[in-house]
Amino acid sequence: MEILPILRALKRNKVGAILVTLQIALTLAVVANALSIIQYHMSNMGRPSGMDEANIFTLQNHWVGEPQNLRASIADDMAALRGIPGVVDAEATDAYPLLGGGWGWGIRLKPDPHSGGVAQTTLYFQDAHGLEAMGLKLVAGRWFSAAEIGEWDMNDLKGSPSAVLTAALAKRVFPTGNPVGQVIYLFDTSPVHVVGVVERAQTPWPAQGFGDAWAEYSTFLPFQFMNNGLSYVVRARPGQLTAVMRATPDRLLRVTRQRVVDQLIPFSETRTRAYQVQKSESWLLATVVGLLLAITVFGTVGLSMYWVGQRRRQIGLRRALGATRLDILRYFHTENFLIAGTGALLGVAGGLGVSLWLATHLGTARMSPLYIGIGAVTVLVLSQLAVLGPALRASLIPPSLATRGL
Amino acid sequence: MLGYYFELAIRSLKANVVLTLLMIAAVGVGIGASMTMLTTLRAMSGDPIADKSARLFVPQIDVWGPDSRRQDPSDQLPDQLTYRDATALMRAHRAVRQTAMYSMGMDVDPGTGRPFQASGRATYADFFTLFEVPFRAGAPWSAKDDEGRANVVVLGAKLAERVFPGSNALGRTVNLDGREYRVVGVLQPWNPVPKFYDTTSGGFANTEDFYVPFTNAVERQSESFGNQNCSALPPAGWDGLLASDCIWLQFWVELPTAAAVRDYRAFLHNYAAEQRSSGRFHWPPRVELHDVSDWMAQQRVVPEQVRVNTLIGLGFLVVCLINAVGLMLAKFGSRASELGVRRALGGSSTDIFLQCVVETAVIGLVGGILGTGLTALGLAIDRALLAPGAKNVQLDTLTSIDGGMLAIILAVAVASTVGVGVFPAWRASRLQPAWQLKAQ
Repeated sequence: MEILPILRALKRNKVGAILVTLQIALTLAVVANALSIIQYHMSNMGRPSGMDEANIFTLQNHWVGEPQNLRASIADDMAALRGIPGVVDAEATDAYPLLGGGWGWGIRLKPDPHSGGVAQTTLYFQDAHGLEAMGLKLVAGRWFSAAEIGEWDMNDLKGSPSAVLTAALAKRVFPTGNPVGQVIYLFDTSPVHVVGVVERAQTPWPAQGFGDAWAEYSTFLPFQFMNNGLSYVVRARPGQLTAVMRATPDRLLRVTRQRVVDQLIPFSETRTRAYQVQKSESWLLATVVGLLLAITVFGTVGLSMYWVGQRRRQIGLRRALGATRLDILRYFHTENFLIAGTGALLGVAGGLGVSLWLATHLGTARMSPLYIGIGAVTVLVLSQLAVLGPALRASLIPPSLATRGL
Repeated sequence: MLGYYFELAIRSLKANVVLTLLMIAAVGVGIGASMTMLTTLRAMSGDPIADKSARLFVPQIDVWGPDSRRQDPSDQLPDQLTYRDATALMRAHRAVRQTAMYSMGMDVDPGTGRPFQASGRATYADFFTLFEVPFRAGAPWSAKDDEGRANVVVLGAKLAERVFPGSNALGRTVNLDGREYRVVGVLQPWNPVPKFYDTTSGGFANTEDFYVPFTNAVERQSESFGNQNCSALPPAGWDGLLASDCIWLQFWVELPTAAAVRDYRAFLHNYAAEQRSSGRFHWPPRVELHDVSDWMAQQRVVPEQVRVNTLIGLGFLVVCLINAVGLMLAKFGSRASELGVRRALGGSSTDIFLQCVVETAVIGLVGGILGTGLTALGLAIDRALLAPGAKNVQLDTLTSIDGGMLAIILAVAVASTVGVGVFPAWRASRLQPAWQLKAQ
């Protein structure tokens, strides 16, 4: 409709138009990439651990001086914890999801230790109570029985007869067929029989960087972890978590005072700590996005005001020649749309380019086109809103202005 | 003359408060965001031991062979040493100074009150000279103590204060895991950033509470609290671990000259070749030697996220500057007639140009001050959001604004504003006075 005259007018103000175009393009590129990073963090932070998170707390236990009989000391503690009213179950283990450190190992499908692995996994050493204590969901096969629990002693390591895998890991190792009953190889040439599959259980490493590819590749082995330094995982009945947590230290000190009980925290706290950096990162980026959009909007308002001011006589003339107020309004909005649209197109290209560069050079996740789309629409809508005020003011310029000062 | 321009600039800026505020806000926010990111990057990628980082080296030995790296595109050698190799290198004693070490923990029994666990490092006497660790009292233990597996300890500042509050710890004994250790030294607060000498559990962890002889810790079978990597299950027992191909020890050497570096590299190569001829390695010898900055890069100590953030911050600054240029163009454009009058009255185009540049410099300066405030705010928020557990005292001080950073921020603000302001100023100075006068 009136695009050509607008373009012709823009030619007379090339610099201003180019600046706004560039600004919108860059804003879009930065905003889209920031949004994509925020989304990446959010999806990591929102990933369920697979445990009954709301009702679980953990603590680090450590006896002062090596206990005479470690296995018996662990059993005493577990009996004490399971006896606290409101406790569903408890276990002593080496690690649990999101703890931050644990065992990593490679799974093989052939007995030869030098044959390549098919997947990286974390190893959780679990007794018969593990499933209940963590509140995991068994989807196939069975959990370990008390009779098959061995001792995982750093001074005497041995192979495992059986294992339970997470569904994600089972699918990776055995893409087709039922994983239960299959055989994997871990430490040596002896077969490890897969006896069960749990729905999900995250590794001890919060998904980020090297944990990403195998965030849910967890293997459970029927061992009591024999170490003076254990993580106790306790699951309470719904609503009883705080009460149980309060009762725990005293109950353990009643068993023996020669101990250090440390880091008694609900699992929600573990989650918060695990993702602290990602969370602050997301807030920082969200602030940047907000400020950037604000700057661009205010900049557009400022420039449009100036342009309107510059063209007061021209607008008056158009009004005198019969243009309605709506025509004037439409003129500025169309002009803005042309500039912002060009900027948005450039920004989409630039943003995808930046994201590709970041992905190849810095290993970030590739941005989904969705975010650049959201970004483009946001920028276009905001710049239309930004021009609304100045355009309204332009439309109020009386036609009589054209005759004045001629 | 500049004083007069400055006065003019203030007057003109006051004349259109909205545009002025928008420009200042654009510059300030751009500076604030980009400098927040830049300060963090600068702190994290700083040289932790500037005066000798080029003389400290980490040796790497290919103990697992090329097969172990088939799935690793970066093809990096194991980043720690086995006990067998570390002790062999210690015995060879081919560098000016050298130390094998690992992180561990022991129970401290303070005598009164409950025992607690403290983090420690098992290392050799050279550790303290190698890394220029500052002592408040006493000195490192002796080479004899290393040989004799002596029960001696160097306490970090925090632990010394906790166990011997307000008194001198030197010469007293402290009970670690049920054994009395003689305190030979107490450190001043020391927290290099990054914690370059052992990055296996994060590049920005805090330093240890105490230091004991490596030989003493190994004799006591104190387990490693750090990263332990094995290509196969180690044989049973502590001796099994010592004999295994598990890597769990950090190793550093000081090599003062290029010749020393060459010699050491040759020595390492020969060592690996011997391991092959003795039948332990079944692959051609491969060794590497990295100085501090190399090592920090290879260990990816600075999270990629921080680099991405810095790029985003700089992109942000560019957007803000473009925004400011647009506003400046508008600003100078709206004063065309005034500038025209000045030209007609004899002002040269240089005068106009200077006058406009001074005006942009004022905006840059005020924007810079605002930006400094916003940077301080951004850094404070950044620090507050990090969990106390993930906190590094030293990193905190490094990510606050000191005199140097303040100068950098203001300089960047003024330079970038004036830099982009040159264009609008040049345009303004090129106005034809006759045109402007006619329009009056």
